[in-house]
Amino acid sequence: MIDLYSRRRNANRAGLTLSILAMSFGLFWLVWILWTLLVNGLPYLTSTVFIQMTPPPGSSGGLFNAVFGSLLMTVFGTLIGTPIGILAGTYLAEFGQRGWLAPVTRFINDILLSAPSIVIGLFVYEVYVVQVKHFSGWAGTLTLAIIVIPIVIRTTENMLRLVPGTLREAAAALGAPQWKVINYVTLKAARAGIITGVMLAIARISGETAPLLFTALNNQFWSDNMNKPMANLPVVIFQFAMSPYSDWQHLAWAGALLITFSVLALNILARILFRQSATTH
Amino acid sequence: MKAENNEKPRISVKNLNFFYGKTRALKDINLDIAEKKVTAFIGPSGCGKSTLLRTFNRMYQLYPNQTATGAIMLDGENILDKGQDLNKLRAKIGMVFQKPTPFPMSIYDNITFGVKLYESLSKNDMNERVEWALQKAALWTEVKDKMNQSGMSLSGGQQQRLCIARAIAVKPEVLLLDEPTSALDPISTAHIEKLIDELKEDFTIAIVTHNMQQAARVSDFTAYMYLGDLIEFGETSTVFTNPKRKETEDYITGRFG
Repeated sequence: MIDLYSRRRNANRAGLTLSILAMSFGLFWLVWILWTLLVNGLPYLTSTVFIQMTPPPGSSGGLFNAVFGSLLMTVFGTLIGTPIGILAGTYLAEFGQRGWLAPVTRFINDILLSAPSIVIGLFVYEVYVVQVKHFSGWAGTLTLAIIVIPIVIRTTENMLRLVPGTLREAAAALGAPQWKVINYVTLKAARAGIITGVMLAIARISGETAPLLFTALNNQFWSDNMNKPMANLPVVIFQFAMSPYSDWQHLAWAGALLITFSVLALNILARILFRQSATTH
Repeated sequence: MKAENNEKPRISVKNLNFFYGKTRALKDINLDIAEKKVTAFIGPSGCGKSTLLRTFNRMYQLYPNQTATGAIMLDGENILDKGQDLNKLRAKIGMVFQKPTPFPMSIYDNITFGVKLYESLSKNDMNERVEWALQKAALWTEVKDKMNQSGMSLSGGQQQRLCIARAIAVKPEVLLLDEPTSALDPISTAHIEKLIDELKEDFTIAIVTHNMQQAARVSDFTAYMYLGDLIEFGETSTVFTNPKRKETEDYITGRFG
């Protein structure tokens, strides 16, 4: 009896220790990455970074055009991809019990979800960039939107499926047509999870480099013309980090720090928003 | 099966069969539900009492592979007719479920959600309707100062009364209660039973319950079901004191089930 109990307690201790070790191992790298970013990036993250354009090697400059371009393409990519993703996810969760269309869509979406982003970049290069014969901000936006869609579809469907069926029944029992049940009850109940999915998608696309290389390319100068090649942080970081010029490398560190902490800030903001909406509705 | 009464039937079920896929869950059910009375359905789990209740507002239609045959007459129309407007039907037949299901919105909006579907009321009329429904559900005094709070912030018993208020706010003709108190504590249960007593002045009520004492307390008529068959149906006092069938007696005396 006592023996059995102490064995169970030891097993519990061993399990707990292993879990803590595994967590520490994962966290260790994360902290190291953040620390390296801070040490290398923070000294160069000055106000000029946000004011000046990307410089030629050897002269001082900033990342303003790249930050602006990234922001623009991320915002438009999200604005295009999110509604499509939410609508498609809603279809899969709410109407997808019968017929063949939903399972096929779900399968294709899974493929799209795991497609390497460089393939999506090449696809847009082939069907858009080659047709119009130049790189452009829109091509980059389109690529990012295509990356957003499957993520949002998946999270929307999953979150809607977590809404208990009894809630749908209760709304239907009042005589509410299905679109009202979905709009006012199920989507509302799943709101926090769906927005989290959108946030995840934004975090994902704000760091994508490979697909932008084939679509938006880059721009050394200020440009707000979405029909022209557009500067963006990931590609600038890629280009500057690979260069032999130390001032470019410094800017790359600053840019990397900027992206990482923007995503972090976005996640924290999302959490704060949900905490509020969860308590007040 | 006719209950021995001269009550006017509100709902007449005729030769109703129900199938989950190929499984027959209800077998040739015939019964009348009397107007402005409480009819209770009792029986062991899986006997089909909830299934029967869910045919009255065709709730089963939300799911594929569930079918009903026969007829359920309400106001001279067959509920099971293909042409039946489901939303209008459900506005006429309210339902309260086993688990409280407050919508993710304020207490006030929980009540107005159903009302707004079929009536456009002025702000004042709407406020009156909300108060009326909450009064009826014996919840008004507890929530009148926090109408803007989330319906999900209420306790379980309050949530269930909110759901009842929501169901009666649309002024249905029939109210279906599917084990409305099985998730509640005795005090909340007592509240709701008292409520059912008051509600039958205005509504025809059908209640499914696992609790035989509850059926005996609140209902005028009782139907005992077993494995998809309607075994016995009659006035509650008769069913409980002098059942005609041996199976019913075994069940209500606790020898079985």
